Amino acid sequence: MTAVADTAPQSAARERGPRTPWALTAPALLLFVGVLLIPLAMTVMLSFHDWGQYKGIEPVFILKNWHEIATDPYYAEMFWRTFRIAILTTLLTAVLGAPEAYILNRMSGRWKSFFLLVILGPLLISVVARTLGWALLFGGNNGLVNKLLMSLGVIRAPIPFMFTETGMVVALAHVMMPFMVLSVWAALQRLDPQIENAAMSLGAGPVTIIRRIIMPQIMPGVLSGAIIVFSLSASAFATPAIIGGRRLKVAATLAYDEFLNTLNWPLGAAVATLLLVALILIVVGSNALIERRYAEVFR
Amino acid sequence: MRRNGPLALIFHVIFVIIMVAPILVVCLVAFTPEGYLSLPTNGFSLRWFRTIANYPEFIHAFWVSLGLGALSSFVALMFAVPAALSIARYRFRGRDALAALFLSPLMIPHVVLGIAFLRFFTSAGLGGSFAALIIAHVIIVFPFALRLTLAAATGMDLSVEMAAVSLGAGGWTLFRRVTLPLILPGVISGWALAFIQSFDDLTMTVFLAAPGTETLPVRMFLYIQDNIDPLVTSVSACVIAITMTALILLDRFYGLDRVLAGKGDTGR
Repeated sequence: MTAVADTAPQSAARERGPRTPWALTAPALLLFVGVLLIPLAMTVMLSFHDWGQYKGIEPVFILKNWHEIATDPYYAEMFWRTFRIAILTTLLTAVLGAPEAYILNRMSGRWKSFFLLVILGPLLISVVARTLGWALLFGGNNGLVNKLLMSLGVIRAPIPFMFTETGMVVALAHVMMPFMVLSVWAALQRLDPQIENAAMSLGAGPVTIIRRIIMPQIMPGVLSGAIIVFSLSASAFATPAIIGGRRLKVAATLAYDEFLNTLNWPLGAAVATLLLVALILIVVGSNALIERRYAEVFR
Repeated sequence: MRRNGPLALIFHVIFVIIMVAPILVVCLVAFTPEGYLSLPTNGFSLRWFRTIANYPEFIHAFWVSLGLGALSSFVALMFAVPAALSIARYRFRGRDALAALFLSPLMIPHVVLGIAFLRFFTSAGLGGSFAALIIAHVIIVFPFALRLTLAAATGMDLSVEMAAVSLGAGGWTLFRRVTLPLILPGVISGWALAFIQSFDDLTMTVFLAAPGTETLPVRMFLYIQDNIDPLVTSVSACVIAITMTALILLDRFYGLDRVLAGKGDTGR
């Protein structure tokens, strides 16, 4: 889980005393407690406060917002939509990203690094610009995507992409794809190419090799990529806001609306807290499952 | 190793086209001579790039983004470098917990961070200020600054430092003349990656920015919410061009694969 390599404490500076490591981390620790942990705690507190159209925020302890989220089917539907979109996005990136990483890995040197750059580069380009690109490609019922699909005979009638979940999933999958490719790519680097040759020499066909040799070995990569894509998609803001418009709300865009349009901060804080808790539970839970299932691969 | 078959290559070509298409279409539409969104069919025109000059709020937002990214990445490094040296060299109680805390902004959804900072800074009387934006950005770019500094500090040859100590260097001199130069590539790459993160962030910043402190992504987002016209595509094309330039420089200086590998662990 932690990304810190285990390094031996072989250090010339060790004689400086046991307080040195704390003295060096103290500024950062103070910063994190002061401007990260305290604001997060304040947000959780805020979700228990009362709010009224005219009286504003009242610092009392009530369960009103939580009760509203638990009983009003609007919130259940919105959270279900959020996680449905995240799951579909994750599946789409896995189904397309894993084979692409495999193909990339088999390319020769120069092509490999070129296409890796082409596929991973978008990771660093503004999400607003990338989503804008999809909005242009979708563009109503006679957008480029629909024209292309119809001229290829894939579909008869145009599919509505803008302001629909379909459009959100396609655009989000594009935004998240680099994470999946990168994750599977990392798993492929650990794979011994000789195993593939050995399987071939023993008479295995290409389908058998992929199913029995490659798939089991890159599965941890696919799964850890899936966790990243899922958690980022479930909390995505820009893409759902631009493609979904004002009608189709997900958790992040709803919280934004409560905070900056309706001004019901306590309710928005409750939505955000629920999203944070749900995501932490899902990510930590699936990480534990994967690590137990693939203990030998991670060793 | 076996070569890719024709089916695999067809899949690859379609995949790459889909990955590039949205970015390409933004850049193409930006060159339209028409007054509406269209692919440039009758000639390219720089009309919409010139139009940007009539919208000072976009230019102002660009400078805000630039200043915010540069400053917050720098401040983050001031905190991250000592922390990275400590985590890389010492094994002490709480070390793993500290590392997890410092990397935690990667795991917390930015919408939650935005809300938490909005609440916090409004109570502190700093709502909508540039100072609040800087502090918030320091937190979100900190993991990136820490990661690359940590990688450099972990791989450092400590015998060089020992030699310097034996020659009488100590304290600040040791850090400035020996340690810092040795980890500098990691520190600069950490700054660059942190800058890109800060420059791109929309989700958290949209909660904190007020008119006057809007960053470029926030300005673009608010503009798109009202209407999509060729102006926003030309602004996006400029952003894409700037990012590409930064990417190429980063690749030359440090190797993009190493930088991206640092980013790929987001959310874990």
